[in-house]
Amino acid sequence: MAEAVLHVYRGDAQGGGLKEYRVPLEEGMVVLDAIHHIQGHQAPDLAVRWNCKAAKCGSCSAEVNGRPKLMCKTRMDAYPAGEPIVVQPMKTFPIVKDLVTDVKWNYEVNKKIPPFTPKQNAEWRWKQEDIDRVQEFRKCIECFLCQDVCHVLRSHRRTDAFAGPRFLVRVAGLEMHPMDAGNRATFLKDEAGIGLCNITKCCTEVCPEDITITDNAIIPLKERVVDEHYDPLRKLFRLFAGKKEP
Amino acid sequence: MAQRAQAAPAATERLGSTDRRDAWWLAPALTALGLTVLGAYSFWAALQNAHYEFGPYLSPLYSPKVVAPWWPLSPALLILIPPVLFRATCYYYRKAYYRAFFLDPPACAVGELHLGKYAGERKFPFVLQNLHRFAFYLAFVWLFFLWHDVWKALWFDGRFGIGLGTLVILASTGTLTLYTFSCHSFRHLAGGGLDCFSCSAAARTRHGLWTKLTVLNGHHMGFAWISFFAVTFADVYVRLLSLGVLHDVRFL
Repeated sequence: MAEAVLHVYRGDAQGGGLKEYRVPLEEGMVVLDAIHHIQGHQAPDLAVRWNCKAAKCGSCSAEVNGRPKLMCKTRMDAYPAGEPIVVQPMKTFPIVKDLVTDVKWNYEVNKKIPPFTPKQNAEWRWKQEDIDRVQEFRKCIECFLCQDVCHVLRSHRRTDAFAGPRFLVRVAGLEMHPMDAGNRATFLKDEAGIGLCNITKCCTEVCPEDITITDNAIIPLKERVVDEHYDPLRKLFRLFAGKKEP
Repeated sequence: MAQRAQAAPAATERLGSTDRRDAWWLAPALTALGLTVLGAYSFWAALQNAHYEFGPYLSPLYSPKVVAPWWPLSPALLILIPPVLFRATCYYYRKAYYRAFFLDPPACAVGELHLGKYAGERKFPFVLQNLHRFAFYLAFVWLFFLWHDVWKALWFDGRFGIGLGTLVILASTGTLTLYTFSCHSFRHLAGGGLDCFSCSAAARTRHGLWTKLTVLNGHHMGFAWISFFAVTFADVYVRLLSLGVLHDVRFL
C-alpha cells in the first residue's frame, strides 16, 4: 500500500520541532485522517483539536505546507506523491501543544463589538433582498484561518489595535442588517483598527467557507468609516442638514 | 484589544521566510513587472509632448487636449493626475502594490519587511487612501472626454468612418469605463451604504444598481489590468501612426 510521509509539529510553548510519520494512503483521505492515524497507531499523545470532520465546526485549523487550512477539508492527493507533507499549528496564536493553539484572544475581541441594536417601533419583517448580503457573513465557522493569515496579526503582531478579518465580518453582518439601528463606524476606526487593514486579501484566499471577506465585508466597512470620518462633503451635508443623510 | 499571552512557536519574521512550497513569489513578481513596464512607458509617453495625435485619433494619455501656456512641461503630466490618483488609491491596485512593491506582505503567510511600527492606512500618506471616492468622481468626469474622443475617431475629414484606430480607442475607453464603474467606492455610493434595500422606491432602485455593480465589481482586477494595457496600446498605436511607422487600416 502506498504511504504518505508527514512532518508534524510536536511541542509546546517551551519549544518543539517537526517529527516524521509514515501513514498508509487511502482513497479520499484528508490530512485530518492521516493525523488521526498517527494518533491511533503511533503517537497517542499527539494533540489535535477537531469535531465534525465536515468543514463546519472550524476546529481543525492548521498550516499544511505553510498554508492555513482546515485539515478535514485538505485532501492528501492534493500534494505531490512521495513528498513530505508538513503539518504545523497556526502561527498567529500561542501554542498549547502540538497542533492545538490558544485562540481565546478572539473571544475577547468578540465581546467588544457593540451588539445587535434593534430598531425601535419598526415592523419586525424584512425581505430576502435585505438579508442576502448579511447571510454570506453568517456562513463564518470561526476557524480563525483568516486571523491566522492576516499579516497585521501574524507578522506585525497588532493584536493590541486590530480586531482581524473574522470580527470585521461579524461587524459587517450587524452593520448591514436591515433591523439594526447601531452605528459602529467609530468603533471600527478607533477600536477595531480597520485602518490597519491594507486589503491584501489573504483572508479571502484562505476562507474555507468562501466568504468574500475583503470585497464584501472589509471594503464596504471602510467606506462606511469614510462616510462618517473622512468625507468632507458628507460632513458638510450633516452640518447643514443637521442629520444623517438617507 | 488584549495582548497575546505568549509568542507562537515560529513566527514568519524575516522577509520571504515561509513554509509554503508553491511559487508564491510568482504573482508579486509578475505584478511588479507589469506595473513597472506599463507605468514606465506611460510616464515616458507623457513626457514626450509629441506624436500623441494622428488624424481623428487622440492618445488617451493626452485626453482631454489642453493648452496651458503657463505650464512649462508636457500637458499630459497635468492631464494624467486624475487617472493616476484613481489607480493609485484603487482598492485592487492597493493590494497589488502593497504586495509587489512594499512586500507588506509579498504573499500570504510569507515573511515581510518590517519598517518600524506598522500603521497600515492609518497615517499619512496612506490615510489619504480614504479619499478614493473623490478620485472616482474625477475619473468619472474624465470618461466624458474619452467618449468624446471615440466619437471624434469616427469622423475622417467630416465623413463617417471606422479605422483600426477607432477600434483601438473604443477598446481603451470601453475598458476604462468598465474599470471605473466596477469601483468599490462607486458600488458603496450606489447602494452599498444602505442597510435596507426594500424600504423605499429609491432604495429599491439603488439596490438594482448595486446588484449590477456587484457583478461588475467581481471583475475589477481584470478590468484594472485590461484597461491599463488598452490605454497603453492606444498610445503606442497613435504614436506609431504619427511617426509613420504604421498605416491605419480603414474598414469604412
